Amino acid sequence: MTTFTRGFHGRRRGEDDRLPPGQYLAEDFPVLSAGPTPHVPLDRWEFTIDTEAGQTHRWTWQELTALPYEEPVVDIHCVTSWSKLGTTWRGVSLDVLFEDVESTADYALVYSYGGYTTNLPLDDLMDGKAWIAYRYDGEDLTPSHGGPARLLVPHLYFWKSAKWVHGIRLLTEDWPGFWETAGYHNYGDPWREQRYADD
Amino acid sequence: MQADYLDGNALAGPLAEIFAADVSAAVSRCAACGQTGPVASLRVYDRAPGLVARCPGCEEVVLRLVRSPDSAWLDLRGAVTLRIPLRDGTGPGGQR
Repeated sequence: MTTFTRGFHGRRRGEDDRLPPGQYLAEDFPVLSAGPTPHVPLDRWEFTIDTEAGQTHRWTWQELTALPYEEPVVDIHCVTSWSKLGTTWRGVSLDVLFEDVESTADYALVYSYGGYTTNLPLDDLMDGKAWIAYRYDGEDLTPSHGGPARLLVPHLYFWKSAKWVHGIRLLTEDWPGFWETAGYHNYGDPWREQRYADD
Repeated sequence: MQADYLDGNALAGPLAEIFAADVSAAVSRCAACGQTGPVASLRVYDRAPGLVARCPGCEEVVLRLVRSPDSAWLDLRGAVTLRIPLRDGTGPGGQR
């Protein structure tokens, strides 16, 4: 297990320094959802990586939770303007899941139980920047917050951290997801305030 | 438990900014399951980055609306048609 803290770089920064432009500090954890909450039984849950060459890598719940995990402590930033600092998660790094995946794809389309999708460059999932998270604040991740497991990619606006994650499709061309096709920014960097398509 | 969605009347205000007619009074046909019903009967998820209106029959997305500071983004892919009630255009003063 590895425990580390993101959001602190060298000396401890103040809360104001950790709030991207246009964000306010939330003490609670707002629940946002574009549809009904899926309830996926763990014995039927699976996570899949589909490569551009047609290969499929699958993990059952037991297999995923048996992998080495990390406990990232990260700041999260929702495009609706709330930020939450120092959130504690447990999850498997995408670096672990991609260890045996051969791909030259540049893009990833993340898909969820319930039909949600979101896209991002594959590089943004690698090198310790993203996890499949299944515990939050010391408890199993609740369905309202995306349980049993969600993507956690905290350096982008939180709509990219897909709840109820089911899999990742690797693509040679970018394929915009649910909010990215409806006016939201294709990349979504909170520090550059990339909220809407033209930002 | 409180429902996590509103009824389609919640679309009336946001859509009034775009359309001259009251779209919440229209009848929509779901592109996924074919169910026909008033827009006001759609299930509107508003605790999200935009409004997402879903079919009460199959829960597929019928309409999405995102309001940025300078634009409205409207996605009607999930609706085959909207039947929008209009005043009689054939009678006296009509344009037909």
